[in-house]
This record gives sequence, C-alpha cells and structure tokens, in this order.
Amino acid sequence: MNLAQVEKSTWVYVAISFLLFVVPFIATGRSVQFLIIQIFVFGIFAMSYDLLLGYTGIISFGHVMFFGVGAYSTAVLFDRFDPTMLTFALAIIISGVIAGIVSLIVGVLTLRLKSHFYAMLTLALAGLFLVGAEKWRKLTGGSDGFTFGLPDILRDSFALYIVSALSLVLIFFGLRRMTKSPFGKVLVAIRENESRTESLGYQVLHYKVIVSVVSGIVASYSGVLYILSLRFVDTSVFATDLTIDVLLMTIIGGVGTLIGPIIGASLIEFAHHWLSDLSDVHWIFERWIILYGTIFILIVVFFPKGIVGTLVDRFYKWRARRT
Amino acid sequence: MSSFLEVSHVRANIEQYHILHDISFHVPKGEVTVLLGRNGAGKTTTLRSIMGLTPVIAGEITFKGEKIRNQKPHLIANRGIGYVPEDQGIFHDLTVGENMRVAMKKENEETKERMDWILDLFPDLKKFWNKPGGQLSGGQKQMLAISRAYVNDNELLLIDEPSKGLAPIVVEKVMDSIHQMKERTTILLVEQNFMMASGIGDRFYIIDDGQTVQQGQMNELKQDGVLLQKYLGIS
Repeated sequence: MNLAQVEKSTWVYVAISFLLFVVPFIATGRSVQFLIIQIFVFGIFAMSYDLLLGYTGIISFGHVMFFGVGAYSTAVLFDRFDPTMLTFALAIIISGVIAGIVSLIVGVLTLRLKSHFYAMLTLALAGLFLVGAEKWRKLTGGSDGFTFGLPDILRDSFALYIVSALSLVLIFFGLRRMTKSPFGKVLVAIRENESRTESLGYQVLHYKVIVSVVSGIVASYSGVLYILSLRFVDTSVFATDLTIDVLLMTIIGGVGTLIGPIIGASLIEFAHHWLSDLSDVHWIFERWIILYGTIFILIVVFFPKGIVGTLVDRFYKWRARRT
Repeated sequence: MSSFLEVSHVRANIEQYHILHDISFHVPKGEVTVLLGRNGAGKTTTLRSIMGLTPVIAGEITFKGEKIRNQKPHLIANRGIGYVPEDQGIFHDLTVGENMRVAMKKENEETKERMDWILDLFPDLKKFWNKPGGQLSGGQKQMLAISRAYVNDNELLLIDEPSKGLAPIVVEKVMDSIHQMKERTTILLVEQNFMMASGIGDRFYIIDDGQTVQQGQMNELKQDGVLLQKYLGIS
C-alpha cells in the first residue's frame, strides 16, 4: 500500500482511534467507562443502520431484532455454559449466523419490492422476536430477564472498554473500506436511482440483500457487546424504542457518513445520561425527554443533513467560494 | 444491413393508461435510427420498454435475433445495450469519476481506450473528475450521461432527447459527440429537435399516439414538408 495515496481523513481517523485507547487511562471511573462503552456499542449499532439507510436507502423499523439476537445468544450461552472466552467466540459466531440467516430471508422476501415492505416486515418480525422472548421463559427468563457470569477478563471494565473500542475501530474501518469500494459506490447509486442502476447492468437485489446481511451481522455484534456491559438480559433488547434511538442517532449524526452515526450515538447517550442526572438540580430535568426532543428539533432545523453531512456540505461550499 | 433490434407490434401501459398501442420498427446495425414525434407520443416509453423498465403487454422485441421482451433491465444491459435516459440519471452524490466507474462493466485496455477517447471528446469531464455529479451544469450532466453509456463496449445505444434543455452551443457539442460515436456503434435516438435529428439520423420513424405511423430515410423526410407539418408541426 502506498501511504502517500491514503486519504487525509483516514489519518485523522487513525489518530482519533489511537486516542480512544488512551481515554481509559485518563477517565478511570467505572461509570464514565461504562458510558463510553455504551457509546461504542450504539455507535456500532448505528453504523450498521447507516449501511442500510444512508448508503442503500433501505428503511428498517425492526433493526433491533438483530441487536436482540446478539444479546440473547450471548446471554443464553454464558448462562448455559462455562463463561469462557471460547463461549464468547461461540456467541459471536452463533448470533452472526442467526442474524445473517434472518436478514437473508427478510431481504430475499421483500427487497425486490418497494422499500416500505422491508420496513413493515422487519417491524413485524421484531415484534415477533419480542413476543417470542417474553413467552419462551425457560430460555429467556421472560420480561424478568436473568443475570449471567462473564469470563474473568471481561469482568474488568478496562478490558471491556478495550474490546469495545477495538471492535468500533475495526468495524468502522472495515465498513469504510466497503463503502469506498466499487461495491459501496453501487450501493450509493442504488439509493439515488434504483432503476438507473439496474439499467447499467447491476442486479440490484443481490446488492441489497448482501447489505442487509452485513448490516444484520454487525447489529448482532453490537448486541453481543451491549449485553457484556450489562451482564443482564431482558426483553428490552427487542424493544422498538431501540430502533427509534438508532434511527435518531443516524439522522442526527448524518446519514451515509459512517462517522455521523457514531457522533449521533455519542450525543444521544451523553444527553440521556447527563439530562437524567440533572434531575437533582431542577425538576424539569426529570422530564429529560422534553429537552431531548427540543435538542433533536434544533439539530434537524440547523443541520438538515445531520451534523456531519451539513458540516461537510458547508466545507465544500466554503472551499468552492475560495477557489 | 442486418437488423439487430426488432420491435414488433409492441403495446405497453403505464398504470391504467395505454401509452403504446402498436409500435413496430427495426434498427439496422451501424446506423442511427431516430424516433420522432410530438410530446406524449410514446417515444420515451418505447425506449423504456426496450430496456425492460416499462412492462410490455403484447408484441415482441428481439435483439440480435434473441427475444428480450420484459427481461430484467440488468440482463438487457448486459447483452450490450446502453441507455441514456431523458433525465440523464446522473448519481448526484457520486463524483464524475465514480459515475464513470459505476457504469463500467469491466476495466481493461479496451475500456481504458474508450475512456481516454471520451475524455478527449468531453474535456470538461476530466476537469471536473472529482466533482459530485449533482454540481455539474445541465450540459455537463448530459455529456456524463452519454459517456457513461459509451464507456462500455455496447453494441446499441438508446439515447433519449440528448438536446433537451441545453443551450444551442452545448447541443452542437453533444451532436458532434454522437456523430463521432456513430462511427463505432449503433444508435437509436429519440429527439424532438428536428435540426439535430436530421443531421445525425440515417433512418426515421414517426410515432404518433402510441403508434408508428411513418418511416423512411432521413433524407426523404427533410424534403417532405407535408409530413413534417402534419406530425412534427414544422413548417
């Protein structure tokens, strides 16, 4: 690889990635580390959503089912087997396979139709997974949930931080490589004009199904990490609220940017955490969702393409004016 | 010359509307065949039907002797038919270079040679290679749209109204490029601008109310004031 040909932005991302591994030496508190781990987890989840919505133009209302599959696969395996790193690896593989198969089936069934069919079917299936998790109490513990043990190494919040940060960085660069490849450019073409892409000779359905499967597998991996940080699972991992959250993270950060959803995840997680904490200062903060809504409205008004999308647009306009 | 695109008695609907009632024509290899007609006559729908983008309910379409009616657009494209739609179909978020690369079916010496030829023909594309397609002017978009279809070794190009909405000087440029492409490929052209069409076309078909009503050599049409007045409103 010729280093001179590497984009400047890649070096910026590499530098930020290194900084992420320095953070736990500065922010040593467990609660802060836990918050950052949550940001990493939802950053990965939101990137998987961005792959669908931002790059390919596919709307999913049930993306949480893949997240939940990852969470439950991990929790059940750790509950039933010895909590070792082998079990952890097995959880990643099993959740990835289940998520891959489900997204393949949903994709093949609906992606040949208009995009709202995919949205509706994923919504229905996510509902089905939620009901299934509530009813299959022997396996899932129902809405009461259950706790489980972790391998010794993952009990340490520092180690979990490193695993999450490493996952975020590797997945970010992996997906970035994918979206910048010719395959990724075809995805953007599909998002912009599906019939035109087809008449250029591309079998659009194949591309959409592949993206749906990759996105499902990445989302399930975020579910695996999420549940490691909680050490407890209940049916809330299948709640529609999580899909709405990840949709907001992607839109606020900027669709089709990959880094945007990570920024969106950071903002929403920080807002959630700090606004809730401020309830001791004033009662209005108990109703943090009102402030959260206000922030969302302001961001949509002032950053119509999301934070990253709008800033990039402004940068290009500024550069065009200069030249 | 052998006919390698044959459209016979094609009928097509868009939703509940009957757009094409009876379209028949053939495109001989190595020629430019022009479809003429007033707005709403069914010219664009005819091209879309050939590409598999508008379903055909009756009739037959054959390309190089093989039936292609209602095949998937990507299969038709992979048979060697390039399509330049009326709206150009530029991918706005992709750069000029990315638009070209997405259109390229394979990268080899031949496509490289074609790409070089195109960039010599349209130096603007080279100049704005890293600019997003959405930021190009109307004329540049049209040049990009034609180039995208031409970069592959397509045996037939379907070009829909390349002069639409362009300034006369740009029309001249586009016309010149199609003239040069004519030497290398077969073209089926839909064009409202008769001056342009008559300058490029070898053979013409007039479509009126979803039917092919007249056909002949372009030279003959230029002399036929009655026909021009009746179907194209040119006096």
